[in-house]
Amino acid sequence: MNSMKIALGPLLYYWSRQATLDFYAQIAASPADIVYLGETVCSRRHELRHDDWLDVAAMLKAAGKEAILSSQSLIESESDLKALRRIVAQSDFRVEANDMSAVRLLTVAGRRDWVAGPTLNIFNPPTLSLMAESGATRWMAPPEMSGAVLAELLASGAPAIETEIMAWGRLPLAHSARCFTARHFNLQKDTCEFRCLDMQDGLALRTREGEAFLTLNGVQTQSARVHNLLADLPSTRQAAQVLRVSPQGENTVRVLELFRDALGGSISPQDAFRRSADWMVEAPCNGFWHGRPGVEQYVTT
Amino acid sequence: MTSNTKIELVCPAGSLPALKTAVDHGADCVYLGFKDATNARNFTGLNFDAKAMNEGVRYAHDRKRKVLLALNTYPQASNWSGWTAAVDRAADLGIDAIIVADPGLMAYAQKTHPQLRLHLSVQGSATSYEAINFYAERFDIQRAVLPRVLSLPQVEHVIANTQVEIEVFGFGGLCVMVEGRCALSAYATGESPNCNGACSPGKHVRWEQTPQGMETRLNGILIDRFDDGERAGYPTLCKGRFDVNGETYYAIEEPTSLNTLELLPELARAGVRAIKIEGRQRSPAYTGQVTRVWREALDRVMRDADSFTVQPAWIAELDKISEGRSHTLGAYYRPWK
Repeated sequence: MNSMKIALGPLLYYWSRQATLDFYAQIAASPADIVYLGETVCSRRHELRHDDWLDVAAMLKAAGKEAILSSQSLIESESDLKALRRIVAQSDFRVEANDMSAVRLLTVAGRRDWVAGPTLNIFNPPTLSLMAESGATRWMAPPEMSGAVLAELLASGAPAIETEIMAWGRLPLAHSARCFTARHFNLQKDTCEFRCLDMQDGLALRTREGEAFLTLNGVQTQSARVHNLLADLPSTRQAAQVLRVSPQGENTVRVLELFRDALGGSISPQDAFRRSADWMVEAPCNGFWHGRPGVEQYVTT
Repeated sequence: MTSNTKIELVCPAGSLPALKTAVDHGADCVYLGFKDATNARNFTGLNFDAKAMNEGVRYAHDRKRKVLLALNTYPQASNWSGWTAAVDRAADLGIDAIIVADPGLMAYAQKTHPQLRLHLSVQGSATSYEAINFYAERFDIQRAVLPRVLSLPQVEHVIANTQVEIEVFGFGGLCVMVEGRCALSAYATGESPNCNGACSPGKHVRWEQTPQGMETRLNGILIDRFDDGERAGYPTLCKGRFDVNGETYYAIEEPTSLNTLELLPELARAGVRAIKIEGRQRSPAYTGQVTRVWREALDRVMRDADSFTVQPAWIAELDKISEGRSHTLGAYYRPWK
């Protein structure tokens, strides 16, 4: 039986309003069970406003998805907090808390249904218990956590809430106050001309010998490689109930379908991994899951 | 708040000699760590065993200075007891406050050692008063160290909206990323500040003279390449030169140090309660130099913030020991962003 759910993470890039709406129209007909929505990276990105995201959420809910509003990871200003308060104030959709400010506001609001997001740094059972006691009913492990460490955590008196892990996509590795995309164009963040709109999968950073290393996505830095756990699905089943796929410029729906097929058993994990080569924007990696440098592609022998 | 509010100078001690130097040169507090992964400067040859810490605490306390212990990495299920034991030892040693990032560990400390003062580490990534107040309400933290991401007006806004004392970084190596949320080192080497207390760790570093110049690598990944005339810096991975769209440059940040001396009057007026000097991994000589300059500057600003001016000699002294021999205001200065 396949009880694993497939989640689509928040869109980390900045696409035009129409491209974003078209994307989620496709997602409505995709195998994703859960869809995280909203701007989590940069407060200057406004192609979709709060009410637009609520409309997308309602559309996805009508299509049978669980829609969740994700909060911004880095909170710097009072206007960031204002946006956060709007997300917390609505009660039609659950909220993914990506900062302790969100945890505080959700707790004060008495919400008992939120998701503890990947940037909360939940690394041990006491911290996970604190989040569960505060109302979290699902949590996402930090992407750098290995399968073994996660299994240990879950076996050490962790609360019985749903566990989600990052299963596909470029890894969000860091956030900064500085915008590296604006920096590349010799612009300041406050007058960035919204250059991110021109790059549907971010801006590639290579080493001086041409090796794809990182991806600049505004104030966020991602891996260049695509974290891909398709071949590792058997080991993910022991730890997680939800697998997160991170949106990419093209073929996100194909990736979601591949996960569905592999989880349903109509294709083996190894075959799914092989087939996924066509849908990756860069080479694969899975080192984090194996307790190794995240950049590595580790093959179990 | 007035500029007469006492601002504590918090200085790094990577060793007992550094601790004594910091105290002798006018630090109000020193911060240090145990010789293990419980702190974010877990480097070979650095930090304190129980005996050295005992002596260090006595040395500082005899001179009416405080000792803060960094326990600011994130424990996991398998090593949890190592971190709680470190909290217990801190309480036994008479440490004045522990600097903590993990909520579970804060809960343990609060329950087990209610008299032990808690500071929220920069590794806790709390950048807003709502986040800081969360830790205050749950764990009664007394002070929060702000990540190096806020502009000066944003720092003021945080201070105006929380009872928690605010400590900011004044000088030293500059993390460009939100502390506690950076997995770049983990991605490249498998070791991270969060879990191992190390960024771009030395055992993964390779220096190699090649026909193209001196190359620095981190776990095989080329971080930078230096011409003969260039001074080859340590390959901290966010301070390398990379290629973006065919242009090779410091795509994330130059090798440079944070230096906020010129902002001191404004930080004082904003109500900042402590200034942290980065650099536990640096030598006692570094600690001495930077402590002396900052002591003098802080004394002047607390005496009379309005007439405070940065002395050229201070900057000259500090630039000598700065990464890349240059300095920046970082995020305090909005255009940096």
